[in-house]
Amino acid sequence: MALDPSFVGRWFPVAGTYQVAHEKIREFADAIGDDDEIYRDPGVARALGYSDVIAPPTFAIILAFRAQQALLCDPDLGLDYRRIVHGNQSFMHHRPIRAGDELVAMLHVDGVRTMGGNDMLTVRCEITDGAGDPVTTARSVLVVRHSDEECDR
Amino acid sequence: MTRRRRGEVSEGDDLPSLQVRVTRADLVRYAGASGDFNPIHWNERAAREVGLPDVIAHGMLTMALASRLVTTWAGDPGAVVGHSVRFTRPVVVADNADGALVEISGKVVRRVDEGTVVVAITARCGGQSVLGQATVTVALA
Repeated sequence: MALDPSFVGRWFPVAGTYQVAHEKIREFADAIGDDDEIYRDPGVARALGYSDVIAPPTFAIILAFRAQQALLCDPDLGLDYRRIVHGNQSFMHHRPIRAGDELVAMLHVDGVRTMGGNDMLTVRCEITDGAGDPVTTARSVLVVRHSDEECDR
Repeated sequence: MTRRRRGEVSEGDDLPSLQVRVTRADLVRYAGASGDFNPIHWNERAAREVGLPDVIAHGMLTMALASRLVTTWAGDPGAVVGHSVRFTRPVVVADNADGALVEISGKVVRRVDEGTVVVAITARCGGQSVLGQATVTVALA
């Protein structure tokens, strides 16, 4: 089933804000095996010029992933969630995410296309802070696999 | 800890490489930390049902290891201003203590301007490349 092209160009705002907690940054750093103290010790972060501990560069995927859930679960889009694989990911950081941030995420559907029998969905998550200033732009290409050949890779 | 300075970096520099063993327990921990609970990352039956050979690692975990290589080298995670990867092959994680060994290396390939460089990342598992067009853009001090 092809993806519904009418989704392209639409914005999907995420309700509420995401409060960045010290313990969440530490938990994420632990999960990627990074013992850098800048993720744990505000004193180390301040020595580098930050007001508080900052998050690893891929931490923003937490917000991007949450923003994607509402879209991917929309039955009108025509997506089999289990068949999604992550094709590409990019982040553009306007500034590091830091503890205490209250972030807002908006998801934009950049495009849908079919390639080699698979549907590809490109989405962009714009993350801003409480002042409305840009923090991170996260782009994801999600591939919906249809052919068994592709699955056997 | 200080951010690496522009005068200390030249095109062609190799970054210290990184070898990380990823086990099923690591995938469960990453699922919890990231919120990505797709069962193909922890349930062999679910993985096989969609045609995968076994449980596979989150692509985002491999990307995080790639960025870890660069943030350690740069001396400041806030130096990473851009990061882009293509997930070309799954990292298959066997249900044993060996799991999967991911090897990450990086090289400074381009100077965007005086204070900004691009690091190209190579990530391999089982002798095969698992990331394509993987780059990290670093703002130097």
